[in-house]
This record gives sequence, structure tokens and C-alpha cells, in this order.
Amino acid sequence: MCCTGSDSLPLPPPKSSRRSFLFTLGLALNGVAAALVGIPVIGYLVGPVRRRAEQAWISLGPLQSFPEGQTRLATYENPFRVAWDGATANIPCWVRRIDGERFQIFAINCAHLGCPVRWFAQSRLFMCPCHGGVYYEDGSRASGPPPRGLFEYEYQVRDGQLWVRGGQIPTLSEPA
Amino acid sequence: MRIAWLRSIGGWFEDRTGLGAAVAVPLTHRVPRRTASWAYVFGSATLILFVVQIATGICLALVYVPSPDQAYESLEYLNYQAAFGWYLRAVHFWGSNAMVLVMTLHMIQVFLFGAHKYPRELTWVAGVLLFMCTLGMAFTGQILRWDQDAYWGLGIGASIISRTPYLGSALVHALLGGPIIAGRTLSRFFTLHVFVVPGLLIGLVGLHLWLVLRLGINEWPMPGRLVDRETYRRRYEAEIEADSVPFFPDAARKDMVGMGVVVLAVLLCAAIFGPNGPHGVPNPTIIDTAPKPDFYFLALYALFALVPPWIEEAIVLVGPPVAIGLLLVLPFLVGTGEKSWKRRPVAVLAVLLIVLTVVTLASLGLVVPWSPVMDAWTGLSTPTRYVTGRTPLELQGALVLQNKQCRNCHALGGEGGRRGPPLDHVATRLTQDQLIRQVLQGGGNMPAYGKNLTPAEVTALVAFMQTLRPENQSPARTATEPGTPGR
Repeated sequence: MCCTGSDSLPLPPPKSSRRSFLFTLGLALNGVAAALVGIPVIGYLVGPVRRRAEQAWISLGPLQSFPEGQTRLATYENPFRVAWDGATANIPCWVRRIDGERFQIFAINCAHLGCPVRWFAQSRLFMCPCHGGVYYEDGSRASGPPPRGLFEYEYQVRDGQLWVRGGQIPTLSEPA
Repeated sequence: MRIAWLRSIGGWFEDRTGLGAAVAVPLTHRVPRRTASWAYVFGSATLILFVVQIATGICLALVYVPSPDQAYESLEYLNYQAAFGWYLRAVHFWGSNAMVLVMTLHMIQVFLFGAHKYPRELTWVAGVLLFMCTLGMAFTGQILRWDQDAYWGLGIGASIISRTPYLGSALVHALLGGPIIAGRTLSRFFTLHVFVVPGLLIGLVGLHLWLVLRLGINEWPMPGRLVDRETYRRRYEAEIEADSVPFFPDAARKDMVGMGVVVLAVLLCAAIFGPNGPHGVPNPTIIDTAPKPDFYFLALYALFALVPPWIEEAIVLVGPPVAIGLLLVLPFLVGTGEKSWKRRPVAVLAVLLIVLTVVTLASLGLVVPWSPVMDAWTGLSTPTRYVTGRTPLELQGALVLQNKQCRNCHALGGEGGRRGPPLDHVATRLTQDQLIRQVLQGGGNMPAYGKNLTPAEVTALVAFMQTLRPENQSPARTATEPGTPGR
């Protein structure tokens, strides 16, 4: 074993000299280098964290595919997809056509913990397989642990098509 | 002749590197004789499991593609095409289970033996951080098994942290690498699982071992021998003087046996049970799935279902930081005094309570009595004894009960959901009026069916449910009604 003695580190001499200048220069150069590496690294890491309104309008298809009085599963493609997203770029949602151009588009994610809720047309209920949250046809909470009703996407009817505003996972802190 | 030749090569390396002598010092350091015990083998067993995880993990990374469009296929390739791919995946999976398990045993043992007390506070703190890193590896590893459970597990993770006040949405974005589960998400979990957390683990293992060497292994606790900051170190040194053995080979023998046993157990499980998954394809549009975490998080999963909603937020947000904080400050709160578990009833009870709670919750998490059985209404038949000899109206009610998904939450004849009470004897508990009210208005965790059933359906359903009682038991009646004895 070496270096177990209690010699103090060779600190620079107190007076200004070439040695102390070099020592200070060494510290300064490395400090600048660390900052120049660190700033872009932090910016790179924080990039996806910064809050941005990453939502866009996506067509869910012609109105005819959503019969009045029914609730159907629809899929939209993540508007901000990247080439390697694969199947995860396809986001499901429940479309309820009340009548005419009145719709409700519910996120698939249970308001409790985000599991995929399923629609049961016979009992007109959404049920969550995880912790047993249940919602009524209009998305309001029926029973179980969810703290609120289903998350609803904004929608509009344009050119005979139904459009949904999507692109983020709905959560309690950022409902769709 | 040949041995002499080998020896001279060894001598040459030792002369140039000095590694043998350097390793010999920590290897043969003296430890109290009684610590050469089976109780002390869990730490080294955890370490060897970590080594197995690193070895198999590196091999898996040679093939695995951390990209959402191909991760699943690369896992299938490992399972079915790569030579021994299935086995390495199995060893990695069973090794991770074993690592969490053995590490927990190690933690319980050192706590019961008072090893967290003066002067080994930092050894304990490093151990707690190691435990958290290991759970972090478990969670990130579960995500790398890019299947339905992984995809929806991320949704669950995002939902949990989104509840943090003010920071919720930023944390969701940090977890997912953006606003939604997508390409970036898997890449960052890969980075965490393969670079960041293992790096932390290796550093912390080094610190942990260094502290064990520097402060000495915890002596066997004797009831009545209290830890005192003034005298402890002197007494420990005296014990080493008086009655100690070199760690290698005297104490290491049992460690070696322990390491061999756990690794062989992992290899055996891997060979018999094989790898875990990947299960369903990670396509979010396939929603017929009930995501479930691996066993380390089953207890948490169960807790989320069972705590009352009004306290859930507090438990989710305050519970984990408080629990981790308590573990970290524990040695500073109770750093001296009695070490032996025989005189620390509170400590023993606390361990028992925590273990029982976690095991109970986890086993409930396996059964999931709170989840509706989503296909009960199509998959199960009504028991014949409930439909024989019934009137047409009652039979119609049996159909309503089946078609309106009642069985998803209510069992009949022991089959069906367990979220609500079984309906086999419901007529002994509820009168006709109460049945109607319960169906129409719901309550007590049941949705109201008022809008979803026609009056005729309600009449039929209630008529059927009124027949659900044992032959010899009278139906429920309101207390104010005159009884009909002998009915």
C-alpha cells in the first residue's frame, strides 16, 4: 500500500509566481471546458422535459365510420412520431358519437393509473382491468379508485372528417 | 517441472504488478471468529448475483435492439434463434429476482444484527442506495422487456409521478423523454439500465466494500453489550486481538458455499422455467390486456387498489420519500445502544410487520380480487342449478345478469369477478326493493345501472336474483314487515 501518509497536498506558494499562475490557469481552463461540456449536456437532458404544447390536429377518419349513439375504438398516429416508433406511434382512443356533430373522444388511459379502459356496449360502461375503475358512457366516474372521469380530447368536425387534438399521454397534471 | 515453470511466470507477474500482495491484504484481514457464520453470507451472495447480471446483461446487449419498432423482435430472436439466447435471458431474469430477494435478506440480517449502528452508518446508507438502485434496475429492466406490460407499465409510472404538485408534467416528460410513450422512451430506459444505474451500482458496491474493510465486519451481537461511541472501536479491536480468523479462507468458506448455492439455484430456475416473456406485442391499439408488474412491484400495485381514494395521493407522494428518508437516517436516529435482536423487540416487530405487509399485498397482487374479470360475461356459464325450475321471467333475468357484464364483478358458483360480493345468496341479504335500488342507483363501489337497463330488464333481473338463496334459508325482509314464519 502506498500514499497512506498524512502529507498535505502540495499547494501553490502563496505569493504570485509562474507556478501559481499556471495553477490558476489550469483551474480556469478546466473550469471553462467543464462549463462548455456541461451546458449543452444539461440543455440536451432538459430538452424533452421543458413544457411545450406538443399537440396537433389529426384526422380520425370520415364521420360515417362513427354511427350515432355508439362508442367505437379509433386510432390516431402520434403527430410527432419518429421513424423508429414502430407500433407505439399508434394511439387508441374511444370515440362516442352522441348525435349529429356532437362527439366525445375519450383517452384510452384510465384516470387512476393510465391502464387501457375497455368499453362494454351492453352495460354502457367503461371498465379498467387494473384496479377496477368504472366509468359511465359519458366518461364520468361511476365507481372505483379513479379521482375523476375519463380524460377527453378536444375534437372538431371539418370536411366531413372527425379531427382530434392529440400527441401527449393524458395524466392528472396534464389532461389531454 | 511444469509447476516450477508456471510458478516462475507467476513470480514474474507478481514482481512487475504486485497485485497478489495487494489483494492478499484485504483478503486475509482478520474478522471476529463468530462472524464466520451462515448468517453473514447474504452480502457476498448478492454481489455474485450482481456479477452474473453484468455478465449475462452484456451478452444480451450484444443482440438486443433498444428501439420500439424492433426491441420485441430482437427478444424473440434471443428466445428462439440465438444460441443459448433463451438461457441467458432466463438467467438474467431469475438472477434479477434472486438479487432483489437475497439483497432484502441481507438488509434484514444486518438490521437485526445492529450493523447499521456506530460506526457503520455510512455502510448502511450506501446499502440503502444500493437497494434503491437495484429496484431501479428491476423497473428499467422490466421496461426493456418491451411488451404490453412494459408499455402500460410506463403509463402507470407516468400516471403516478404526474400527481406530484407543480412538477408533475415535467417529471412525466423526463420519464418518457417527451409528452408520450414513443421512440425516445425506450432509448432512455436502455441508457439508464445499461449505463447509468449499473455505473452507480458499481461505484456504490466499491464504497460499500471499502467501508466494510475499513470499519471491520459487524461483530456477532451479544445481548447486553451496548454500542458506545467512546468505547466501541477499542472493544472491537480487542475482540480481533483475542479471537479472530483471517477472512480468507476461514470465513470465506461459507460465503463461497452460499454464492455457489444461489447461483446454482438461479441457473436451475432458468433451465426449468425459462425466460419471462416477452408477452403481448407492444401495440397500444391492442387494448385487451391487463398489465401487471413483476413481483417486486406487486405489493405497490396492490396498495394502489386497496387504499381509499382520498388518502391515495398522500400515500403515493409522501409515502416513498418518507420511507426512503427513514431508511437513510435510521443509523443516525438509533446509532448506539443494544445491537442484539434479542433485546430489540421494536426492531424485530417492525421487520415482521413490513415483511408481512409486503408479502400479503404481493400475494393479493397475484390474485387481483379488485380487478373485474373482463371476459367473465362471455367466458363463464350460469350454473345449471340456478336456472332449473325457474319461471320464464327469472330465466330472462339470468340472461340480463350475464349480458350486462354483472359477472365481471360478481361471482356465481365461485366463478366470476370478485370486486363485488358473490350473488349466490344475494336474496338472503337484500329485499326486492333493496335489489332494485342497488341496481338502479349503484353505490358501495357499484355503478348505477339506471340509465342502462330498461324497466323490463330490471324486473327480470331482480326476479332472478330473488331466487338466489339456499333452499332452507328465508329471503331477506324489512324489519318493519310482519314476518311469515315457516315460509
